[in-house]
Amino acid sequence: MIRSEVLETLVPVIDGQLVVCNIGLPSQELYGIHDQPSNFYMLGTMGLAASIGLGVALAQAKPVIAIEGDGAVLSSLGTLATMANNPAENFVLLIIDNGSYGSTGDQPTYAAGKTSLAAVARACGCERVVECTAKDTAGVLREALASGRMTVIVATCDPGNIPVAVIETSPVIIRERFMAAAAAGKAD
Amino acid sequence: MPGRLSRKIVEDLVANRIGFVTTVPCKHLAGLIDGLEASDEIRHVPSTKEDEGMGLCAGAYMGGTRAAIVMQNTALGVTVNALATLIQFYQIPLPMLISYRGEVGEPVACQVEMALHTKPLLQQLGIPSYHFHAPAQVEALDGILKHTQMCKKPTAILMDAGFWGGDT
Repeated sequence: MIRSEVLETLVPVIDGQLVVCNIGLPSQELYGIHDQPSNFYMLGTMGLAASIGLGVALAQAKPVIAIEGDGAVLSSLGTLATMANNPAENFVLLIIDNGSYGSTGDQPTYAAGKTSLAAVARACGCERVVECTAKDTAGVLREALASGRMTVIVATCDPGNIPVAVIETSPVIIRERFMAAAAAGKAD
Repeated sequence: MPGRLSRKIVEDLVANRIGFVTTVPCKHLAGLIDGLEASDEIRHVPSTKEDEGMGLCAGAYMGGTRAAIVMQNTALGVTVNALATLIQFYQIPLPMLISYRGEVGEPVACQVEMALHTKPLLQQLGIPSYHFHAPAQVEALDGILKHTQMCKKPTAILMDAGFWGGDT
């Protein structure tokens, strides 16, 4: 399975959830597969989906799922330490690890080589780290949301991309509708 | 221990409903960081790097909590992309409380190199910037914090050695 196929399996789990998605093709694929107001698409900075997701999770009570790639996590490994030392129990970091920089031509990442992101996450102090195959990702994500504990999931899949359109939605609209979704029902 | 300026800064942050602050240390910022850590109204989350801090602040803001970052000017370079494509592109208010190293009174020559680039970089990025050289200038902070929320931009408050000399 490639990343877009993994994303398709996630639709029933992420529907209605706050999702922060990695820059490039992952966001474009998610936009095409299941655009919703509670999706925040990173359009311009690599490696910050995890820190943005953690910030959202620390600031409010709803579950937050950050979808990162292995290349993006490698560019911001320190965030795993920040997460571990400031855990938000409503936060799931889902690393879709296809071992490649998919948006730029599938150059291999070090996660395809000697580096285990799950081991790095554990070494940083993340207490609930789950490794899974592509086809098990949706179930593992569902369990993570039900666990009530901050979870890092490393889901391995094959490299490969599908043709997708660029996201045309204005960044301010993306932010405002995400904020409205985060704030919805707060008074209840 | 936070000095009077650090205490005043924390008071102004709280008065402006900033509930989330991320920091990367500088020796001038030690008292302020102590004050933030001691505050009951502010969630203090240290960052491993300043661009990560901007991600955290963007997230906190989108989760409904106003945020600020405390950092040193030497890190401005690593934040340029996050400032342009996250904070500015999505119009997120972000006060940057910056220790302005490399100004008069600086003992470390290397710090001067980034000091030379600090204001040009901020100007190039179109970031409203304020330079606190004297302790009394802390009185402007409350207005700057309100201005930041109003215009939904990053703003830079550069606080140099002359300013921090008054944090006793």
